[in-house]
Amino acid sequence: MNEIVASWAERIRAAAADGRALNLQGGGSKDFHGRRAVGEDFALAEHAGVMDYEPTELVVTVRGGTPLAELEALLAAQGQFLAFEPPHFGAGATVAGCVAAGLSGPRRASVGAVRDFVLGVKLLDGRGEVLSFGGQVMKNVAGYDVSRLVAGSLGTLGVILELSLKVLPRPPREATLRFEMAEGEAIDRLNDWGGQPLPISASAWNAGVLTLRLSGAEAAVAAAITRLGGEPLADDQALTFWSDIKEQRTPAHDLAGHEQLWRLSLPSSAAPLRLSGRQVIEWGGAQRWLAGDLPAAQVRSRAAELGGHATLFRGGDRAGEVFSPLPAPLFAIHRRLKATFDPAGIFNPGRLYQGL
Amino acid sequence: MMETTEDLPAFALAEVDYSGLDRARVVQALAKVLPVGALLFDNEDLRPYECDGLASYRAVPLAVALPSTEEEVVAILRTCSQLGVPVVARGAGTGLSGGAQPHPHGLLLSMARFNRILHLDAHARTAVVQPGVRNLSISEAAAPHNLYYAPDPSSQLACTIGGNVAENAGGVHCLKYGLTVHNLLRVRAVTMEGEIIELGGHALDAPGYDLLALFTGSEGMLGVVTEVTVKLTPKPQIARCVLATFDDVTKAGEAVAAVIAAGIIPAGLEMMDQPATAAVEEFVRAGYPLDAKAILLSEADGTPEEVAEEIARVSEVLQASGAGEIRVSRDEAERLRFWAGRKAAFPAAGRISPDYYCMDGTIPRKRLGEMLEAIQGMEGRYGLRCLNVFHAGDGNLHPLILFDANQPGELERAEAFGTEILELSVAFGGTITGEHGVGIEKVGQMCVQFGERERKQFFRVKSAFDPDGLLNPGKAIPTLNRCAEYGRMHVQGGALSHPELPRF
Repeated sequence: MNEIVASWAERIRAAAADGRALNLQGGGSKDFHGRRAVGEDFALAEHAGVMDYEPTELVVTVRGGTPLAELEALLAAQGQFLAFEPPHFGAGATVAGCVAAGLSGPRRASVGAVRDFVLGVKLLDGRGEVLSFGGQVMKNVAGYDVSRLVAGSLGTLGVILELSLKVLPRPPREATLRFEMAEGEAIDRLNDWGGQPLPISASAWNAGVLTLRLSGAEAAVAAAITRLGGEPLADDQALTFWSDIKEQRTPAHDLAGHEQLWRLSLPSSAAPLRLSGRQVIEWGGAQRWLAGDLPAAQVRSRAAELGGHATLFRGGDRAGEVFSPLPAPLFAIHRRLKATFDPAGIFNPGRLYQGL
Repeated sequence: MMETTEDLPAFALAEVDYSGLDRARVVQALAKVLPVGALLFDNEDLRPYECDGLASYRAVPLAVALPSTEEEVVAILRTCSQLGVPVVARGAGTGLSGGAQPHPHGLLLSMARFNRILHLDAHARTAVVQPGVRNLSISEAAAPHNLYYAPDPSSQLACTIGGNVAENAGGVHCLKYGLTVHNLLRVRAVTMEGEIIELGGHALDAPGYDLLALFTGSEGMLGVVTEVTVKLTPKPQIARCVLATFDDVTKAGEAVAAVIAAGIIPAGLEMMDQPATAAVEEFVRAGYPLDAKAILLSEADGTPEEVAEEIARVSEVLQASGAGEIRVSRDEAERLRFWAGRKAAFPAAGRISPDYYCMDGTIPRKRLGEMLEAIQGMEGRYGLRCLNVFHAGDGNLHPLILFDANQPGELERAEAFGTEILELSVAFGGTITGEHGVGIEKVGQMCVQFGERERKQFFRVKSAFDPDGLLNPGKAIPTLNRCAEYGRMHVQGGALSHPELPRF
């Protein structure tokens, strides 16, 4: 065990013995996410560095504190990337923070989420013990899939020491097209296209304009452009556009005063929201951002009615529930599961749900 | 739940002895909650359930339940929970690791009657199905909409989606399209205590922990699946396949890495060694060249334009990697012929040998050549032949060890051979199972794959879903006692010193 890890293990054991909560901190870029943090800050960014990267294996293994930007640059030099296109939300974003937050970017509907790319994880649990799950190979069904469970757990299960992630080659060609289209029609078209063998890698609808990104082999992208029509966007503008969508830098995401940003995760074909506010629709209709000032109950009940769930993503009351409440039997499993990793309940208590 | 000081459930330490269960009482209690014809307990009715696809391990269950509704599943599990009866869920029983092998003192819960496709939404590209629906029938139902369910395990004609969820089944196309875990949206399940839970949902994610991912591949240890929502994928317009020959297996392995390095993710990338090629050629006459040390099959799918582009690039890479002959399928019939051989590898092994033992390790691709050399050495040492077929794209090996169970000692030698391959897979940084599951077959090798801390944690995870450890006991995760025993066998050096001991 290296020195940093040994000292962390010591600190965890002491905190567990005293029942002191720890607020796990990577780069602090996603502090806004989840419920209000409690406990003493536990800085984790210093445990950084790439452990192993062989492009032909399509796998990279890094320490948790490795800056996300550094990893992305390393992969880009080999023509590869993190296909789930994680948002950074700040310069300090770390790889462990990215996985703990479990947030995926514009490409999610076409290639998968963070969890789909997590192959292995090394954790420090609440007993101060190092646990290794999964590995560096793509097909592995030995033991329970704890690695993927860690994705999106918001640091409530343990300290992520190392991660093995599947990486993919960058598509040889990308193109972005624009269509003027009303919300309902955009949702319909996106679902129609989703059922056809088209190389759509991202979509974003806002204020009557649908923007579509195509990625793939030269020939496939060229054929799709001919077939779909639309207004092409210049490559540099397209890069900025998708980066702004991913990092939520558009006017639609921008919050004024007491406004909140809601994230509604719905079946892709769900009807328009018909809630007041500014909207960005991504993931072929399956992710809908809503900025405005609406009562939580109204947003949640509309999301449930449409077959999905709603998260209070930014702003609003961080002391209340931020994620949609779980049915009792499921929440009981969550609590028992959390306790198996963190018996003293010291890791980010209450960040995901009150009482977890 | 009994607990030790280490907050470990008792069933983590040693296997629980259920031999004291009163069979008549269990049958009587279950008969009360099930309609006539849904409970089997006569010995002759139980026989057909005594094993799954791993036929060398057998056990007759205490009884077999065949529920048709979720309410019946709840009632069965509540009853068994109250009486402390182990329960093993079963789909089609095609699994190769003994995961659905009955417990001799437990109930076998067959989900065969849950065989309906409940809803297919072509627009949203999802299908809601019962767990006993066959993998292939989902694709058949989706075909009129030009959609299909992507994971295609070789048993897809017979295997059920419930079993696929339990095993996180793969297939030849998972390099590009993912495993079961990547193609599920939602699982509805009943816990051992009879609670109904829904994991995932009809959106792309669900609030809370990703229990859908944890549940997928959990080998029937956490809950019984009663409904599954799968994603459907647009059917590629066309597919074409390249067949390339190599005069050296290491070169073929390097060619696989070169394809990936060129930024190509083929729909399928498969490799067969010379003995495997010879065995299938005799069987299906696929037209494979018999003088090559290894052949590679690389499939491209998509629009006609992108397929043409990929085929050209792959051919170029294979040429540069030292391929001898390169053939490109000219039509669908020829493509299917290329695949016919690969898909017939298992039956071909069965044809040239009285018995065969199929292994399922995964290793980093770069170690393929080394692994093949090591296997060659083992063939000599164990005095048994081995055919090698690989899902080369993702490093998943299926060595087929040929033996004759009627020859004294051959089964034991085959198992020791297999164990050595799996342990070498772990040493190479890989895993003992890529897609077949641990079941009962590889529960011993789990002691090598994972340390004691991780194994303890697995038991704790199980106890969060199943506090008394009644679901599929003895499978997937070895007890601490079993690993202690496994360690002792190893100290005595490779070959098993006590063949009279039962080993699982």
